[in-house]
Amino acid sequence: MTQEVLVAIGTRKGLFLASGDGWKVTGPHHPMTDVYAVAIDTRREKPRVLAGVTSEHWGPSVAVSDDLGQTWEEPDHAPVAFPEDTGATLGRVWQLAPGPADQPDVVYAGTEPSALFRSTDGGRTFELVRGLWDHPHRKDWFPGFGGQAVHSVIPHPSDADHVTVAMSTGGVYRTTDGGATFHPSNSGIKAYFLPDPFPEYGQCVHKIAQHPSRPDRFYAQNHHGVYRSDDGGTTWKSIADGLPSDFGFPIVVHPHDPDTVYTFPLVADGHRFPPDGRCRVYRSRDAGETWEALDNGLPKTPYWTTILRDAMCVDNADPAGVYFGSRSGDVYGSRDGGDTWVRIAENLPDVLSIRAAVV
Amino acid sequence: MTVTVRLPNVLRPRAGDQPKLDVDLAPDATLTDLLDVLAHRHPALERRLRDEQGALRRYVNFFIDGEECRQLQGKDTRLRAGAEIQIIPSVAGG
Repeated sequence: MTQEVLVAIGTRKGLFLASGDGWKVTGPHHPMTDVYAVAIDTRREKPRVLAGVTSEHWGPSVAVSDDLGQTWEEPDHAPVAFPEDTGATLGRVWQLAPGPADQPDVVYAGTEPSALFRSTDGGRTFELVRGLWDHPHRKDWFPGFGGQAVHSVIPHPSDADHVTVAMSTGGVYRTTDGGATFHPSNSGIKAYFLPDPFPEYGQCVHKIAQHPSRPDRFYAQNHHGVYRSDDGGTTWKSIADGLPSDFGFPIVVHPHDPDTVYTFPLVADGHRFPPDGRCRVYRSRDAGETWEALDNGLPKTPYWTTILRDAMCVDNADPAGVYFGSRSGDVYGSRDGGDTWVRIAENLPDVLSIRAAVV
Repeated sequence: MTVTVRLPNVLRPRAGDQPKLDVDLAPDATLTDLLDVLAHRHPALERRLRDEQGALRRYVNFFIDGEECRQLQGKDTRLRAGAEIQIIPSVAGG
């Protein structure tokens, strides 16, 4: 029997939810907000859907739903807000990441400006993690075209004190003491736009992914460069050979196989289109040593849109599902690890984020 | 003194579904003082009007007796007894 999967699609103008046979789509939920961050927290008996929503008029917020999106709750007070002494104001939440399994009420938020927040009530309210905010490097982090934000937050699956974050620009940072201190973790990742192309920090890492059953295995899609780490992010090696380009935004790892990884290459920084105008996901089944193009069921007509950094994901089903959404508002999914694809939705607003899980 | 705040439809659920709020303030109170009172009475409303550092949200207009506050003294504009503060989202977005 096919497992029931919910796909949460964050767009420029609200959240859409797809589920069921034939992928029935509901929404927009939170209309006219940009949804940079969405999460499906499966640690609860009933999965909780979390959405980072930002209204141009009314500001940013985080909404949660315990009935798969039928109803939503927001606290009266701002769930994510910078303390007065920082002088900073929240631009938007870029990432919502459930914590380790043995801490079911811990949820992290990565934000613009670059900061990490931690919730101990399941994502209703958050507190600033001072160790990253007070980092002496912070003055050197600067915004890329999309803004200055912590876009990746990866709690270690079994060590609650260990969290890895990534930001553009700035790169990868890790804490192993519960957020008291953070250390840059970019050895081997190139920053071609800086005088020293291999600095300690300052890289424009676009997205990182970790395998939950092998937490020392990371993958990174960089601003030019695709990398793997087998030592928890201490060192990185290029795995870009075999890809048509080393530029792109998302990277996701198969939920059951740490050697299987997916990306969606674009030609280059200065030419952000799929190579040859073809809609193709690239998959490696040997940890990035070799790559294959996947397009069975994907559009065969010229495809000139972009897949943003959080607009690709996997679910936790078996066999695993892989999903992505584009800036032109179409969403595709594969329920067989990428071998075949179907269109889940079309003509949505720009897809900013996507998450999927068995519910 | 008492002033009246008029809310757009979209914000009324954040203030008990009321279209207007009568707020008692000290004489010579400013728009900031008014919003400080709202922060206690209706925090879900106030956080949509100001950011966490107290700045007015860019795309929210506050018409004080018909004049947008940024044409006056902004959030420091003094309010008169009986003043009417109309909150209207500005034209924004695409």
